[in-house]
Amino acid sequence: MIQLNHVTKRYGDAVVVDDVCLTIPKGGVTSVIGANGAGKSTLLSIISRLLPADSGSVTVDGMDVATTPSERLARRLAVLRQENHMSVRLTVRELVAFGRFPHSGGRLTSHDLALVDEAIGYFELTDLAHRHLDQLSGGQRQRAHVAMVLCQDTDYVLLDEPLNNLDMRHSVQMMRRLRRMSDELAKTVVLVVHDINFASCHSDTVIAMKNGKVIAQGDTATMMSPDVLREVYDLDIDVHEVGGQRIGVYFS
Amino acid sequence: MTTTKTVQVTANPRTPVSAPASASGEAFRAVRRRERRALAVLVVVALAVLVGFCTIGLVGNWEYALGIRLRKVATMIVVGYAVACSSVIFQTVTGNRILTPGIMGFDAMFVLIQTLIVFFFSGLTLTTTDPRLLFACQVVVMVVFASALYRWLFGRRGRDLYVLVLAGVIFGTLFSSLSSLASRLINPNDFVVLQDTLFASFNQVHPGLLLLSTVLVLVMTAWAARLFARLDVVALGRDHAVGLGVDHSAVVNQALVMIAVLVSVSTALVGPITFLGLLVANLARQLTGAFRHRVLVPAAGLISVIVLVGGQLILERVFSLNTALSVIVNFLGGVYFIALLVRESRR
Repeated sequence: MIQLNHVTKRYGDAVVVDDVCLTIPKGGVTSVIGANGAGKSTLLSIISRLLPADSGSVTVDGMDVATTPSERLARRLAVLRQENHMSVRLTVRELVAFGRFPHSGGRLTSHDLALVDEAIGYFELTDLAHRHLDQLSGGQRQRAHVAMVLCQDTDYVLLDEPLNNLDMRHSVQMMRRLRRMSDELAKTVVLVVHDINFASCHSDTVIAMKNGKVIAQGDTATMMSPDVLREVYDLDIDVHEVGGQRIGVYFS
Repeated sequence: MTTTKTVQVTANPRTPVSAPASASGEAFRAVRRRERRALAVLVVVALAVLVGFCTIGLVGNWEYALGIRLRKVATMIVVGYAVACSSVIFQTVTGNRILTPGIMGFDAMFVLIQTLIVFFFSGLTLTTTDPRLLFACQVVVMVVFASALYRWLFGRRGRDLYVLVLAGVIFGTLFSSLSSLASRLINPNDFVVLQDTLFASFNQVHPGLLLLSTVLVLVMTAWAARLFARLDVVALGRDHAVGLGVDHSAVVNQALVMIAVLVSVSTALVGPITFLGLLVANLARQLTGAFRHRVLVPAAGLISVIVLVGGQLILERVFSLNTALSVIVNFLGGVYFIALLVRESRR
């Protein structure tokens, strides 16, 4: 369980995350939605201790992220941010293997190597494993990064817009894989996602943010209602039941 | 898009990969073999160059001549390794492949510190001061100021590379100008002392200083070796490093102290060689294809020794010139630097 207690973050005068209290349940897939600049990414960065909060506290299974040794947290919680430019030239396999660092400290055991193989296979990267990251398309690179996070083998996986750069097919596959990671490997997946319909079809819980505050949280069916979505996006969104899924229509 | 189109997502993710040896294990072993081969070649070339430098054209009182050459070689090894190690680590903590301590004006800063210490303590009899004590003071001051400069330059995230390059050039020039201003204000007697330290070259190095430098470099190497694995992770960038449980700021702080000490050593011994670090750090990456520091640092050190000793050998024996080697290294390194900048701007 991830708990946030009156978390606030300012950049200069702008309050980006405004006194957020929040509980993210253990298990399942939780989507964080909201307009651009609502504070979703900042919130995710604070939970994953990439950014310090100005005030308030965050605990993951009771461990305060500000005080728990980073190394210990890295075995419980993995995070992937949006921009992943790096100056080092790595192959896909080498990148994925870094996911084992919190466990093995750079010396890979045969168990580590098996997990690296597994993560590579899980994200259909076997044929690309020997390629350097700069030789891949944006979507392939994105998958390689998520594979690294999976390889870290943590209870909690936090992803900031994992569908960035992915085409439709790979977006759906990514969401299915995240779903399966949660169902089969019992991981708690928290992701920031822009497309409400991906959130609707693949997540258990939805958290809606606006202007730095969490304005609604609930199970997906409740959250996928025209009233809630209007409040979140200031946009009229029709919600239809299609093939057992709630689909928001906002294109026209 | 060249994605694999054969979909086979249905395999149970928990099924262990049943191949007898894991594909990753095999792939990594192949990489290690390649890296070891590259290092072995570099060792052989470095040894050949060292032997060549010590023996070619050795005539007359060879015992005496060999002694001089050995001291020169020792200096070049210490300096070459210090420059290589500090440059590789600097590039890692700054997350780029174009900046080095030399380019960012760190060695010019050390010269300024040397000058200012003479300037402010001119009342004391510097001639009688042990150069090692003087050097120790300079190193301490250097560690403090280099860390401060680094923090000021790189403290804010997402600094533009070109702004940093520009800042480095300006700081380098500023430090050198301040040094020459201060040295003009010093009284003539002290100036002679200063000149002795500033215009050091491979040919005339204080033996005590060389010994102290060697010890310092060895200590720094032992310290760096403990950090290598974490530096590999830091090279991925701050967010990845923190996500993987590495205390990013602790590693960077330790790296900065190391860099400051290593820059002090090389600058004190032979003065600034601005572009050597850039040249050898990037050549090491290209020749070994490695990203791990336990390979990169030794490789860069060996290349550095090859460039310095080999360059000096060619200069002295082939062209019988007496130009300073740093002129040629800086010329080649400078051209390489511009090539890197141009390539970077095209991306």
